[in-house]
Amino acid sequence: MASLSSDSRPIIARGPSLVLRLIVMGGISIGIMVLDHRQGYLEVARSWLASSVHPLRVVVQAPFNAWDWVTDSFSDRGQLKAQNQELQAQLRVANLQLLRMAALSQENLQLRAIREASSKLQTRSLVTEIMRVDIDPYRHRVLLNHGAKEDLYKGQAVLDAQGVFGQVTRVGQFASEVIMITDSGHATPVRINRTGLRTIAYGTSSFKKLSLPYITGDADVKVGDLLVTSGLGGIFPAGYPVAEISRVERDPSQSFATVEAKPLARMEQAHELLLVWFEPPTTLDIDEPEKTAKAAKPAPKPADQPGAPR
Amino acid sequence: MIGEGYVSGWRVFASVLAALALTIFHLPQWLDILRPDILLLVVIYWSLTAPRIAGLTFAWLCGFAIDVNTGVVFGQHALAFLLVATITHSYQLRMRIFPIWQQAFAVFLLLAVYQFAVFWIDGIIGKPVTTGLRWIPVLTGALLWPVAVAVLDTWNRRRR
Repeated sequence: MASLSSDSRPIIARGPSLVLRLIVMGGISIGIMVLDHRQGYLEVARSWLASSVHPLRVVVQAPFNAWDWVTDSFSDRGQLKAQNQELQAQLRVANLQLLRMAALSQENLQLRAIREASSKLQTRSLVTEIMRVDIDPYRHRVLLNHGAKEDLYKGQAVLDAQGVFGQVTRVGQFASEVIMITDSGHATPVRINRTGLRTIAYGTSSFKKLSLPYITGDADVKVGDLLVTSGLGGIFPAGYPVAEISRVERDPSQSFATVEAKPLARMEQAHELLLVWFEPPTTLDIDEPEKTAKAAKPAPKPADQPGAPR
Repeated sequence: MIGEGYVSGWRVFASVLAALALTIFHLPQWLDILRPDILLLVVIYWSLTAPRIAGLTFAWLCGFAIDVNTGVVFGQHALAFLLVATITHSYQLRMRIFPIWQQAFAVFLLLAVYQFAVFWIDGIIGKPVTTGLRWIPVLTGALLWPVAVAVLDTWNRRRR
């Protein structure tokens, strides 16, 4: 403390001392932190407060949008033509893959009906954009320009054209926050597509790396293996591509191998993302024991099941 | 040294808005890491220049604005801003007459206190950012201090 009184406030009607005010307001801050972090009481307040700063965010990203608009409107003919050709080529390839897709998905559905396996089905999707606003350089979080109005929900899966991108953590009125799969606080339940081995991929705070710490030294993993979501955990639906194994190191003295994977989604360059809604699994219902018991019957007759092959 | 002058509330408010905009303005990754805590510099400046307008409540609200904009948990940056403002207020008579380089050093210490408070709370809530890079804004903030003072002083005087 200063020995000279350096309190600048008027001598008359000074109010409580600096330290007292520090203690009171510090106490309030700690109280708010506890309410927000431990109890989660402030979700609604946060969503409304976030909408109060939305105008600022819109203003901040306006120059970037304006620049986009300018480059879009003044792109020359050759450029557009080249882009068009590229897109057509991509579409041709995608269509070719889709031809088989219809048959395969039908077959898959029938097989699943026979096994009575439950899987989430995609019902609706929405293209959304990442807002060009910086939140935190050390946390892999971004803002999307859609919010509660579009029925976004906490825990919703976010994809880009190449693979899984992350999940929604906070839903505001006009914008929502997404945590990427590469954030060090995020874990994605995955399955190695080739072998079916289930494990968990952790974010590492690097855009190019996921870490898989729970793969034993003798497990069948190779560089180049595709990781897809396993569907465990209930957040990400099964079967979406997540990453590709980029490094496998086995040390005989360690029981676990050092395995790293490279995310397929373009974490840094992504601008447009896809939000998806899923129909929850229907067969297995824990809340209704009768229904569950029925579903767990070992060999139901296929003819009894709706949608099963005759 | 910091110039004195009549300061109106709206001028403080406008500078806070500008600082908030600069806090979330989109930058390339490497610049984002260098970005100092501009709003905190503004709060320190007003705490020194206009302590009767920019009191502890003002600092707390500014910190809360950071929480709403970018924070992980409510109250984290508010508390850190409050700490820095309290220290600034109790030393403001001395800090005002410091030569600018000495002032920049004092600001360096204040920014370090701020960053440490944020770092500590990050650890308590279980989401620590342990990379040493997070301390860079302390240095860049102190280096930016003379510039910030020059800009805010000019702006403060011109439209008196």
